[in-house]
Amino acid sequence: MAFSRKQHTDRSYDEELADLRAKLLTLGGKVESEIAESVRALAERDTKLAEAVLGADREVNRLELEIDEKCRRLLVLRQPAASDLRFITTAMKIVVDLERIGDLAVNIAERAIDLNQSPPLRPLHDLTKLCELCQKQLRGALDSFVDADADKAEAVIKDDELVDALYHNLFNELLALMMEDSKNIRRANSLLFVAKHLERLADHATNVAEMVIFMVRGTDVRHPHSRDEV
Amino acid sequence: MNNGSKKIEVQKLNAWFGATHALRDVSLSVEQNSVLAVIGPSGCGKTTFVRCINRMHELSPSARQSGRILVDGQDLHARGVDPVDLRRRVGMVFQRANPFPTMSIYDNVAAGLILNGIGGKHRDLVEKSLRQAALWDEVKDRLPQSPLSLSGGQQQRLCIARALTIGPEVLLMDEPASALDPIATAKIEELIRELQESLTIVIVTHNMQQAARVSDWTAFFYLGELVEHGKTEQIFSNPREPRTEDYVTGKFG
Amino acid sequence: MKTLARRKFWNGFMTGLCALGLVAAVAPLASLLWLVISRGISSLNWDFFTQLPTPVSEPGGGVANAIGGTLYIVGIACVLGVPIGVGAGVFLAERGDGKAGEAIRFMAEVLSGVPSIVVGIVAYGLVVLPMRRFSALAGGVGLAVLMIPPLARSTEELVRLVPRTLREASLALGVPEWRTSLRVVIRTALPGILTAILLGVARAAGETAPLLFTSLNNQFWNWRADRPTASLTVQIFNYAVSPFEEWHRQAWGAALVLLLLVGTLSAAARFLARSRVGARR
Repeated sequence: MAFSRKQHTDRSYDEELADLRAKLLTLGGKVESEIAESVRALAERDTKLAEAVLGADREVNRLELEIDEKCRRLLVLRQPAASDLRFITTAMKIVVDLERIGDLAVNIAERAIDLNQSPPLRPLHDLTKLCELCQKQLRGALDSFVDADADKAEAVIKDDELVDALYHNLFNELLALMMEDSKNIRRANSLLFVAKHLERLADHATNVAEMVIFMVRGTDVRHPHSRDEV
Repeated sequence: MNNGSKKIEVQKLNAWFGATHALRDVSLSVEQNSVLAVIGPSGCGKTTFVRCINRMHELSPSARQSGRILVDGQDLHARGVDPVDLRRRVGMVFQRANPFPTMSIYDNVAAGLILNGIGGKHRDLVEKSLRQAALWDEVKDRLPQSPLSLSGGQQQRLCIARALTIGPEVLLMDEPASALDPIATAKIEELIRELQESLTIVIVTHNMQQAARVSDWTAFFYLGELVEHGKTEQIFSNPREPRTEDYVTGKFG
Repeated sequence: MKTLARRKFWNGFMTGLCALGLVAAVAPLASLLWLVISRGISSLNWDFFTQLPTPVSEPGGGVANAIGGTLYIVGIACVLGVPIGVGAGVFLAERGDGKAGEAIRFMAEVLSGVPSIVVGIVAYGLVVLPMRRFSALAGGVGLAVLMIPPLARSTEELVRLVPRTLREASLALGVPEWRTSLRVVIRTALPGILTAILLGVARAAGETAPLLFTSLNNQFWNWRADRPTASLTVQIFNYAVSPFEEWHRQAWGAALVLLLLVGTLSAAARFLARSRVGARR
């Protein structure tokens, strides 16, 4: 792990952990670019690019399976403890989030294809901002994982409020558009879905950040109230 | 049950073999009816630590020690404390099963009484101990036989039964399953969980998964020092000390 | 492949040498057995075991008193020597790491190197002279002195062989140290110690020199410890050096009886030893 420079007595254990890490980073990079491409396909009305995203998700699914298998293997063969255990259980959890983010990219790309069938609505400033912010959140979560940096992860969790606020603004804006003219409803509705997908994406990024904090510090920051009941 | 109170308190315990300083300033306490696992690499002082608790350490010719150990608040080395009486309160199970080869299975279980010249019928006590050690069903028809006819795991449980017969309050176990196969090991571990209801247990083990499974508290020793002592879950999922982290993740040597 | 042929040759040659050595070792034993049995068997009959010796001119008679005497003297030797030998051995094993242990060990070694005839003279000086008579007791003392050193050494070895873990198991049960020594350590080593005693007895029964001027001889039954007593070995010696053909014949018979006695004891010791190994697994 990043926070202990010492090597395992059994070197092949190190190699397997490094391999798992590399696979997670590959997966993170893939969903990051999927999101970037689907958002670009939406903004630039590029149907070809959107279709490319649909194809790319197969690779993401394959990686998810591989990572799951790798984690199971490590658990059963190495009986990991302490930081290794936290790393592997974190990997098992964030792989789910990352795969979901990939699915959301696919959803956004599908909406983009749909929207490209009809002329564009007037440009929405908040949507652009939401796209940027959500991508930043995802990047922040992945970086915090790569660097095992709990502070970065905390920043991601904190900034989720911004995402939610922005989403609500955009929601109201789109609602207003629909009420202005019933011809807008179909397109505004699609954009509403896109906004929802982006907001969900940011939530998954937050999940990843929470797991990173657990991985680094060994404390679980999720659901503080339920924790007391346990 | 007297949960939460301190059964054993160790204060600044130091132990030596000749010039070798085997334990350095160890302080910790063990709650009543809890299981403390003592882990650490070979030669870290784990075994010496438990052998201090029933005063077996001082039997070695060159052994010395300082510091205090209290059982139920009473200092083990206070004047008037007889190590022989102490060992009836603090039982011990060893790494290798060591039944008395010259005695029958029955006599082995009753050995604590027989060897002390306590006569009479021990039948009920023997049965109770064997049941407690989860061995009764396997040996009830062969009590007069030699203990050497039993398997390794059965012999070890016989030794546990033998230790239980004298009614100890604390049971020290020095790697009780290190020479056993996984099934026999699992039986011993289950047994530890059951015995916990009535006893306080300190178990030395090299097997970290075993420590994680059977204990409530874990103490990690390294080079005679108590590096970390905490809830078992914490020690194995989020140790505070880097040396503990390195040991439980397998980054030693 | 010259080297291979050479190796094969040397291998065969050396195996042959070993076999030759074996034959050289066994041959005297076999011839001895053959000689004693073939010459002694004719003397063996019921009377030989039950009758007293007869004067030269009278035919018949036996060595009953010598058989009994040997057993009697060896018995005395056991009573005197076994507690001392075993006790010293246990002491050496349990507390013998200090200076006292070294001293005892050294003395035992010296004592076991003393020729048996010298031991006989010492017993003569210690017992016969003060009592002013030859006696079974003096013979027993002589044999006991011979028995003690090997018995102490083998007892020490046997007690040391008892696993430390057994001691600890007993101590951990709250058994005091002296009870642990007695009831666990010595008890566990006991079959081995019995074996050592039997071997010591077998050896003592075959001794002549320490008895020659201690228990001397006796033509009749004697069960008093302060009187001279017959023994097989001295009887054989006396008969063998006599000029009478009949006595020579009797000597061979007595030799065969002695051989049987010692052989039986050794076999019993071996059997005990084996059953001990069996019990330890």
